[in-house]
Amino acid sequence: MSDVKVQKAMKQHMGLTASRRISNTAIYIVLTVMSVIWLIPFICIVLQSFRVESTWQVGYVIPRQWGWNNYVNLANTDFWRWYTNTFVLAILTAILQTVIVLCMSYTLSRFRFKMRKPLMKFMLVLGLFPGMMTMIILYRVLADLGLTQKNSIPGLLLVYVASSGMGYYVSKGFFDTISKSLDEAARVDGANRFKVLVKIILPLSKPIVIYTVLTAFMGPWGDFVFARYISMGTSAGKNVAVGMYDWLSQDQIGKNYTMFCAGGVLVALPVTILFLFLQRYYVEGITGGAVKG
Amino acid sequence: MKRYSDLEYLRLSKLQKFLYRLESFFCSIPVAVWHTIKKLGLAIWSFIKGIGLGIAEVVTTFKNGSKPTRLSYVIMGAGCFAHGQILRGILFLLFEIVFIFYMVTTGAYWLSMLPSLGKLGPTKDYNVILDVYTTHYHDNSFKILLYGVLTIFFIIAFIYTWWVNIRQSKTAEQILASGKKLKSGRDDLRSLVDDSFHKTLLALPMTGILVFTVMPIVFMMLVAFTNYDGAHNGYSNNLFHWVGLDNFNTMLSWTSNTSSGAQSYAATFGEVLTWTLIWAFFATFTNYFLGMMVAMAINKKGIRFKKGWRTILVMTIAIPQFISLLYVSKMFAKNGLINNFLIDMKWIDTALPFFEKASWARVTVILINIWIGIPYLMLTATGILMNIPQDLYESARIDGASGWQQYSKITLPYMLFVTGPYLLTQFTGNMNNFNVIFLLTGGAPNNPAASNSAGTVGYTDLLITWLYKITMGAESQYYLASVVGIMVFVVVALITLVAYSLLPSIKNEEDFQ
Repeated sequence: MSDVKVQKAMKQHMGLTASRRISNTAIYIVLTVMSVIWLIPFICIVLQSFRVESTWQVGYVIPRQWGWNNYVNLANTDFWRWYTNTFVLAILTAILQTVIVLCMSYTLSRFRFKMRKPLMKFMLVLGLFPGMMTMIILYRVLADLGLTQKNSIPGLLLVYVASSGMGYYVSKGFFDTISKSLDEAARVDGANRFKVLVKIILPLSKPIVIYTVLTAFMGPWGDFVFARYISMGTSAGKNVAVGMYDWLSQDQIGKNYTMFCAGGVLVALPVTILFLFLQRYYVEGITGGAVKG
Repeated sequence: MKRYSDLEYLRLSKLQKFLYRLESFFCSIPVAVWHTIKKLGLAIWSFIKGIGLGIAEVVTTFKNGSKPTRLSYVIMGAGCFAHGQILRGILFLLFEIVFIFYMVTTGAYWLSMLPSLGKLGPTKDYNVILDVYTTHYHDNSFKILLYGVLTIFFIIAFIYTWWVNIRQSKTAEQILASGKKLKSGRDDLRSLVDDSFHKTLLALPMTGILVFTVMPIVFMMLVAFTNYDGAHNGYSNNLFHWVGLDNFNTMLSWTSNTSSGAQSYAATFGEVLTWTLIWAFFATFTNYFLGMMVAMAINKKGIRFKKGWRTILVMTIAIPQFISLLYVSKMFAKNGLINNFLIDMKWIDTALPFFEKASWARVTVILINIWIGIPYLMLTATGILMNIPQDLYESARIDGASGWQQYSKITLPYMLFVTGPYLLTQFTGNMNNFNVIFLLTGGAPNNPAASNSAGTVGYTDLLITWLYKITMGAESQYYLASVVGIMVFVVVALITLVAYSLLPSIKNEEDFQ
């Protein structure tokens, strides 16, 4: 935000007391500085992805010679293969994970059955174990099923979806805020539990459904550790994160640095656009569900 | 410690009040731990008692039961068939047949091998006809452990089902005796979308959790009591076997590693744990307070472009971390953008050691984590700040409270109260924040004293990245990784327990409905 804008904004508040004007100016300055810091890395990535003259890290940001070389060069690697892998994986994960999470959270929010409290406590305890621990065995199990290396994308899907029931907290918090009297009224009118869910609760749950889809879709783009482990030794089964990580390794960074930037821009673009469009729902989800734990 | 009454407390000076509260906080920790242990003990006791009662019930039911009930002790579902509940009967019977078939064909083998984890490793046999040595594979410790655990799960499930089958036959008789009708198979099916709808909904998610979370965790906990590693992979080179508590002794012993000359595991564990806690503390609270301040600044009356500021900040949430963090780590690298730029500008002569010196690296990761973490807190705090009743502030202003007073007496207590559980999950989440550390530094700079045969250990390594390094290290000491995993669990569980018992009563969830 430019200084001119800051001053214009200030003029409109001439009626305020002097102290408030000073404090607001200070806030504007802080926010502007923060915005610059927040955006610098992203601006740098974009600019460097267009740099032609060298592929190595340099001390300036604006390219001396602009061009699409780095984007074109991506076609010479397995990048688009990884990209498609991740894209398909993200979409399937988004659909299936949402179904699982909603089943779980709706049940724990709406039903009162004997095992409910113990179940929730049990999952709380399970969540305290570091997930990293189970990597080895999951790998061996997937290997037995033939879902590693080349086939690691279905393997990843299976693991993501199967363990996603644990992340029910946020959407349970949302369902808790929908009044139970709605259910009861429908039940009195003769609807069964299934109908209550489909006809009454789901239409009211648009924000949380979108939130769940969004977070589930974003997950696979960044998953790295497990994906790397089960796709080790093959290029075809990698996702973008795993594939592009090696470009910045000691021996490759010299020739692949700007290509990483180009790939990074292409990866970030769909996710960021989607996120910014659906930001409102994300905020509703994170503020609605998070604080109630 | 000495407890003050309310009047005595009010008479104390500010410093004394603070000290008193600090003291009472720390004094209540052992009490909280003790209460939890007591609760846990009671839970275990009531579990044992429940099993005892179950057994007693089985015995008395057999004594007093009718013929079909007695028959269902041997043939599951017999009671159901006799009372006309065909569907249930078929399911029970089917389960019994599958169970017996499984146990006879494979289950018994896995179970019998479980205590030894395999007797015969791979052998090299001389083939006379072809005149070569061929390797023959025999037992597979990994599979024995895995399927052994699964078989035990299956047996427990079978015993439970068997018990349910007997109970159902008994209650069916009671219902019939009172002159009521039993549920038919159609009623059972219908209840799956109605009264027992929760069972339908939970079936799939719980199966997934059981197979892909519970089973792996149980398995890995058992690995901590074996010598499973790269050199004993249980199949193609050596079998692995039970070693009792040896691995825990290794991890907790203070004698240094004579082979590699590195310090003892216990010392390394202590160092890594200390840094993990320091990191979690700073990562949580810097984000918390700065995020809250940013939220307050953006929401302040008279500040414009609220949505614009927010959108800029949430960019770090939107962009996948492996891009943003990896890129930033290269920016700060020895020959990265920032150092190159500063050198080109002649502001410095030699590169700044952002990730090369221990203290620099630690501060750098905490600062970069602020960049990643503030937006989440800002969003959360925005929602909560809007919920604070505005008349509180109004009356405070009328009473002449300054901005700072309003913050420290209204905003902060409200925030802390509402976000207590959230802070806790943030703290434990940060303890296990693999992404930030791994993508930024990979644990570097190396700590030569702590690095040993299990792999290198760095000054920014958290327990979780250490665990990863042990797993991936040259010797793949899975058993050690497993021990570290269990220790992480113990530490996190302890913190959670203490925090939960100290937090202002966790709100009753029913209040919201």
